Amino acid sequence: MSQIVLQMNNIMKIYPNGVVAVEDVTFELEKGEIHALLGENGAGKSTLMKVLFGIESPENGEIILEGTKVDIKSPLEAIKKGIGMVHQHFMLVPSLTVAENIVLGVEPKKNSLFTDEEKAIELSKEIAEKYNFEIDVREKVEELPVGLKQKVEILKALYRGADILILDEPTAVLTPQETKELFIQLKKLKEKGHTIIFISHKLDEIKEICDRATIMRNGKGMGTYQVKDISTAEMSKLMVGRDVVMEFDKKPVQLKETVMRVRDLCVTGTTGIRRIDGLSFDLKAGEILGIAGVEGNGQGHLVEVLTGLSDKYQGEISIFGKNAKEYSIRELRDSGMAHIPEDRMTLGCAKDMNILDNMFTNQYHKPEFSGRVLLKNKKLEEKAKELIKEYLVKCKSYKQNVGMLSGGNIQKVVVAREFSTDPKIIIANQPTRGIDVGAASFIRQRIIEFRDAGCAIILISADLNEVLELSDRLAVIYKGKFSGVFSNVKNIEEVELGKYMLGIKRDDNLEGIIYEQ
Amino acid sequence: MNSNTKFNILRTGLSISIALLISFGIIFLTSKEPVNAIVQLLTGPLQSQRRFGNVIEAMIPLIFTGVGVSIMFAANEINLAGEGAFHLGGLVATYFALNTTLAAGISPIMTILIAGIAGAIVTLIPAILKIKTESDVLVSSLMMNYLVLYFANYILSNILRDPKAGAVVSFAVPSVTQLSTIMPGTRIHIGLFLALIVAILGYIFMFKTKIGYELRITGENRQFARYSGINVVKITLISQLLGGFIFGVGGGVELLGMYNRFTWTSLLGYGWDAIIITTLAKKNPIHVPFAAFFLAYLRTGASIMARSTDVATELVTITQGLIILLVVAEQFLSKYKHKMIAKEAKATLGEKEGE
Repeated sequence: MSQIVLQMNNIMKIYPNGVVAVEDVTFELEKGEIHALLGENGAGKSTLMKVLFGIESPENGEIILEGTKVDIKSPLEAIKKGIGMVHQHFMLVPSLTVAENIVLGVEPKKNSLFTDEEKAIELSKEIAEKYNFEIDVREKVEELPVGLKQKVEILKALYRGADILILDEPTAVLTPQETKELFIQLKKLKEKGHTIIFISHKLDEIKEICDRATIMRNGKGMGTYQVKDISTAEMSKLMVGRDVVMEFDKKPVQLKETVMRVRDLCVTGTTGIRRIDGLSFDLKAGEILGIAGVEGNGQGHLVEVLTGLSDKYQGEISIFGKNAKEYSIRELRDSGMAHIPEDRMTLGCAKDMNILDNMFTNQYHKPEFSGRVLLKNKKLEEKAKELIKEYLVKCKSYKQNVGMLSGGNIQKVVVAREFSTDPKIIIANQPTRGIDVGAASFIRQRIIEFRDAGCAIILISADLNEVLELSDRLAVIYKGKFSGVFSNVKNIEEVELGKYMLGIKRDDNLEGIIYEQ
Repeated sequence: MNSNTKFNILRTGLSISIALLISFGIIFLTSKEPVNAIVQLLTGPLQSQRRFGNVIEAMIPLIFTGVGVSIMFAANEINLAGEGAFHLGGLVATYFALNTTLAAGISPIMTILIAGIAGAIVTLIPAILKIKTESDVLVSSLMMNYLVLYFANYILSNILRDPKAGAVVSFAVPSVTQLSTIMPGTRIHIGLFLALIVAILGYIFMFKTKIGYELRITGENRQFARYSGINVVKITLISQLLGGFIFGVGGGVELLGMYNRFTWTSLLGYGWDAIIITTLAKKNPIHVPFAAFFLAYLRTGASIMARSTDVATELVTITQGLIILLVVAEQFLSKYKHKMIAKEAKATLGEKEGE
């Protein structure tokens, strides 16, 4: 009964940095199904879909759409052929309205020159109603919560006539509540005859919504299965290649001296909006303070002021008993601050320099590595080799450019650099985002080791599993304020946490965030 | 040597070859004696000691300016005031030499150092303006060059001018200050050694010192440098200062070695040449002498060609332009590069499976 709409045969894609992202994958899609593309970060799921969407051109392989072989050279061609893609990072213009975003590039025209805004609104409303999307098309995109932004992306694809819809990790940025809503919407789309490719590494979600699943590991296809016939344990084994141990061995917390004290912190953004709105907390040596929250609720601004990258704040931050404004970034780092940045490519490395150059930017000036003028290159080389071994960085040698490594290995270089200075405070902002499970669990293990050794850690993450697993205390940030604080992390329910993240629930009494007045 | 270095050498080599071939094409289209012209262009500089001497003489200032601009550009600042720094270096060297009486050995050294300081001030001004007022370095440094030119013209015609000379030129620099010739039959002077030392020191500075390391990181990713605790403002200023100093030294050396009077009434173009050099040398000072030799050879060949045939020197300007166009075109040969990488990756895959 099922009709094959798409076949991708023996696809191979090698990236310009020599990474073989997709080795020899065959993928098949039946009309009207929700098909999961399952794999770890870095398994090649997104790459395979980029090939389908015309963003990347494959080395080998063929794509057969509705029985004819096609050569998709650009996203424009893919859209014409009825393929739509919703990227993990939204491709929307924040300052335009929902309607304007939906019709962008294919606007209805007045006098064949000007955009017919009335018509645009009408058409957008029409399509939103057709698919039962509740959204005000006149609203500006920048004012929408993440869940709605995603809906705009989906509508955009539908407006362009997408029969096959690719969703790249759609739930990664959503709260549990928003995820549920998305799933209802997807089922409706399916009923209307759309075919959906659902990229994910979350097994329970796949169980819930998908008909079939194609599993990828290390750029290779591990087969396609009926979701109802395969257990999550089997799926996870195929995906990772071994049984995954997700539990970490954590000793009971042993609090030591207070290393950071923050009172009434406020940060005003460039547009005059309060990004951080009266935060107070204490951090002690020997604990991990988790900060959960939907992205863009002030986490970035908080990290900037805590790490010395910005001193535009009101309120008080004291680090090791000294006012934070008295430190330069170098002094802050020298006194024991380490910082794993959210975006490793813009802040965390210089991609056109080699691994060695990237490993010592925070410590080359120490007597161990340099004299008054010259660098001690022998010492640096030895230490680089040591760190590559210790942090399991997969590379040819320390002379390889960082940009040639995979995301997980770049992150390991960043972490190796930050952790090799024997830090006393670690600020880890999304330390495992977008990297494979192996590297992620390695980094988490390290964070726990540092905590056990008496280091104070602030862990900011959008990954609920991560903050729940690692944190000793957990605070939820919503619109620049803490909406809830949990001292007993083990007893938190994810759905409950979701309510705090969305601002549905908020506690006025933030007990446990401050140790002493 | 990794595949990337190999590829870069191949690409630069191919760029030069293609540019030369196109130039030959133009010669064939326009000249009545194309074969002779090409032979003169390519082998002319080797035909006599004097001509080869011309190549080396032309190479000396190109090395200074190439190293200077490599250091300035390493901070990712497109500071073009090197031109003015070189010019002012020459002027200040003349002024200092005419107004002091120092011992034979010390006089040229002091003169060159003072010229360097003058150069450093010229390139530092646009950098400071950027920090203080956020003005674009590219624009302010270009304007700086005209400021220097007309300042120099004023000083030349009002203070340094030798009224007995037929043209607008300065008094002759005392012979104790002039740089001595090291090869009879040519004008190759002691500045050659100085230039080579500067290239080596430039390399050591960039790749072996702490400041060089800070400079390279700042240039590659300023935000990353700041995040790491590097004082990016200080580093940028140091690099502009040092680059300008080397330009100024270059101007001083050129004046003391090749001219005995200050005769520069228009900009000489060394700032632009420096960009060609640093592009070919990929911002590495140790590669600069090779790039400088190449450019000097090409130009000497061109002027020999122009003298002995009907092809004008300007032809080489076209060749230069083509080379730069091809070298900086990131996408040139990118398909080939991708194939090379894909092949390498496939080979490693094969190895793994063969284990």
